[in-house]
Amino acid sequence: MEKNYMKLEFLSKSSNESFARVVVAAFASQLDPTLEELSDIKTAVSEAVTNAIIHGYEYGEGIIILEAKIIDDEIEILVEDKGMGIADIEKAMEPFYTSKPNLERSGMGFTVMETFMDSLEVESKKGEGTKVRMRKKFKSLSSKE
Amino acid sequence: MYISVEKHKDNLLIQFKGELDHHSSEIVRQKIDQQYLDQRIRNIILDLRGLTFMDSSGIGLIMGRYKNCLEKKGKLSIVNDNPQVDKMLKMSGLLKIINVYPTIESAIENI
Repeated sequence: MEKNYMKLEFLSKSSNESFARVVVAAFASQLDPTLEELSDIKTAVSEAVTNAIIHGYEYGEGIIILEAKIIDDEIEILVEDKGMGIADIEKAMEPFYTSKPNLERSGMGFTVMETFMDSLEVESKKGEGTKVRMRKKFKSLSSKE
Repeated sequence: MYISVEKHKDNLLIQFKGELDHHSSEIVRQKIDQQYLDQRIRNIILDLRGLTFMDSSGIGLIMGRYKNCLEKKGKLSIVNDNPQVDKMLKMSGLLKIINVYPTIESAIENI
């Protein structure tokens, strides 16, 4: 069984959104993903990190923790913040729902993560923070024998 | 992210280069809206072919500009040939209300 792991902590600045997704893409590249798979995980990471910045820390300063784990041909990504937490996860995950309509957000963040990844788990406690865990299997590797 | 904004008659043409995410969309929004205040401008054409990345912040940006166009009785069109951007556009349902063209010329012809 192939195993690998990485962990990164960075400030909740919007300029770190591209940093975070590039890091995960670089880490995942050892699985030899297709361009589409790579762009899928980059997009999902971007959504999770953006949520942490806008909703978790509400543009304030905080630390975002990014972890990625490779087990065989699957990657598991964790994006965690210690911000305000989500009051109603079910509502937050509804397509097009946004708690900040004045910001012109599309309300599609969680829908994108769900669609582009194989699985999505959201754990949140009010006042303590949010953990978003996503998994994706790379078909490019499993099809290669 | 780099954008160029040009005016042709009553059309505002915006060409994107780089990555469109939450970080870059704020600046892009300001630049577009500032030019759209111009009384003569009614339509917006967003050329997304130069994008190397777009997440749902891009969708929010497009939806917002689409609403502004409706208010001015104008039309918003998209020029795109990028599969990753196309995937986002399809997911968002925006393709039901906004037309996508392969070239700027074909977008202008169909306004």
